[in-house]
Amino acid sequence: MNPGIASRVDQIFVILQHRIAELFPAVLQPWVAMILGVVGIVAVFPGIFALTTVLERKGLGRMQNRLGPNRVGPFGILQPIADAIKSLTKEDIVPRTADEVVHFLAPVVLVVAIFLGYAVLPVGRNMVLLKIDSGILFFFAIGASTELSIFMAGWSSRNKYSLLGAMRAVAQMISYEVPLLLAAVVAIMMTGSLSPTAIVRAQGGFTGFFPRWYVFTPWGFAGFVLFAIAALAETNRSPFDLPEGESELVAGYFTEYSGFKFALFFLGEYLGMMSIAGYGITLFLGGWGAPASFLEFIPSWAWFFAKLFLAIFFFIWLRGTLPRLRQDQLMNFAWKFMLPMTLLNLMVAAAWRFLGEWFGTGILAEGVRWLLCAAILAGAYVALALTLLRRQKIAARSYRYAD
Amino acid sequence: MLGEGILKGLAETAKNFAGSFVSEERLTTVEYPEVRLPQIENTRDFPFLVYDGNDPMAGLRCVSCQICEKECPPKCIYIIKSTDKKPDYVGKPQFYPARFDIDVSVCMSCQICVEVCPFDAIKMNTEFELSTDDRFGGLILDKHKLAKSNEYYQHIHPTEAAEVDGRLAEEKAKVEAKAKAAAEAAAAKAAAAKAAEGAAKAADRAADGASGQPSGAREGRA
Repeated sequence: MNPGIASRVDQIFVILQHRIAELFPAVLQPWVAMILGVVGIVAVFPGIFALTTVLERKGLGRMQNRLGPNRVGPFGILQPIADAIKSLTKEDIVPRTADEVVHFLAPVVLVVAIFLGYAVLPVGRNMVLLKIDSGILFFFAIGASTELSIFMAGWSSRNKYSLLGAMRAVAQMISYEVPLLLAAVVAIMMTGSLSPTAIVRAQGGFTGFFPRWYVFTPWGFAGFVLFAIAALAETNRSPFDLPEGESELVAGYFTEYSGFKFALFFLGEYLGMMSIAGYGITLFLGGWGAPASFLEFIPSWAWFFAKLFLAIFFFIWLRGTLPRLRQDQLMNFAWKFMLPMTLLNLMVAAAWRFLGEWFGTGILAEGVRWLLCAAILAGAYVALALTLLRRQKIAARSYRYAD
Repeated sequence: MLGEGILKGLAETAKNFAGSFVSEERLTTVEYPEVRLPQIENTRDFPFLVYDGNDPMAGLRCVSCQICEKECPPKCIYIIKSTDKKPDYVGKPQFYPARFDIDVSVCMSCQICVEVCPFDAIKMNTEFELSTDDRFGGLILDKHKLAKSNEYYQHIHPTEAAEVDGRLAEEKAKVEAKAKAAAEAAAAKAAAAKAAEGAAKAADRAADGASGQPSGAREGRA
């Protein structure tokens, strides 16, 4: 294929943005370009959200040997439109004793904060809205502010289920924020930059036809798995969906929301899942890079969205497989497994970096370094697993003074 | 090992996911409006009124005795008795319901009305697609909506209907036999009376004038 055409297709959205911006006077051009980028994000990701809801229901159905929704449109593909009409036309009820302002603001703050996270996400070559050097830091800072809106929702509803759900959500998100950040730090350490674009570029290039993604290194693989687990917990996805555990808490922090506000929470949840998956892809899966050198003619944005759909499918697969954790299991897992593993992974990443300098670049040296780092992580995993799975002796409770 | 169970579970759901596209037997869901499972014979939901013959209103078995109305636990039956009478299946004049309403939004499908009915006039239906856009009027079924033919009853509950039909036929036969016997007895009596009358007339003729008793009185006694 003609490389000129391939690169033209790769940059089609960037070129389009420039062409449209050029129609305006020079003073307005940066603004128009910016607004076009925003419109793109605001149109594309909710579109994927709509598609995800129906694919999730169909996929979960298949995992449970059901058909899933198949009534609206061919194969039920128009289901999200029916859902949207329903949520828009439903009565919006605010509890009489609720704090109206905070109750109204909570879903808005959530969706705004999550949309802000997309501003620094590179979805293709040259396709990032804000080119700031500390993009990853920006994303984690914005991501942490979603906890605020969840607590706003839980507190303002004046409902015990909402409050309990919000407490659980905040406890869980703060606990898992630590391993999430520490798991992401290895990629930042190895790149030496906080910029998502730089991290993707550092993973570009191929050894033979094999990509140099971070996930193919021992510390990258461990980091990716830990990041994925923490991301699941951070987005309140199954098996970490305790904050909205419907068998215990009705719907958790958005129990008292109905109509479009409920839909906004739903949207926020899925957008959060997609943005965190997008950052996982950026940090460990080579961002918009092709998975093999001979596949590079396919545009970069297509690769990004293909990986995003794969990540979403994996999330749905996990949801169809795993039961919900208990609160103590959740906390134990965060502090007794995730935190030690991520800390060790930092050490291993540092060791990888300096062993590379000492050993040189021969294939043998590379192999020794790879095996050494993998052995350390695997050993730690086995040791931690044995410690955590040691059967605890459960006996009748004894009292020191009362007996 | 930690995580082993997760991998096993993932393999299981992946097997289900892929298998559901390959083998149709895995999908046990019946796609309801297009595909319907055959109903078991004892299916029941709301009562209906049975009629014999072709005219629903003329053939209603209900005689408006109001036992079901009184026994109904949630009081969903409303009956107004007629002022005139119409013949029932054996030809005996009976009252009939001028009005018979069942509110299916109140009915709890207990079948007590069916159990207490002495005339086999009310039975349980299997029709369940009763949704309506009028939640007050649309859920009150009047006697025109409730009336279903005996053939319909035989179709939805064959065993039960055969038993009921057998019993009714037996009763009808008994009534007919009784009527026949009564008619025969009447005929015999009439014949006897005629014979007696003839004899009496002869005697009268014989004893004409001797006895002052009129012949009409004796005839009336016979």
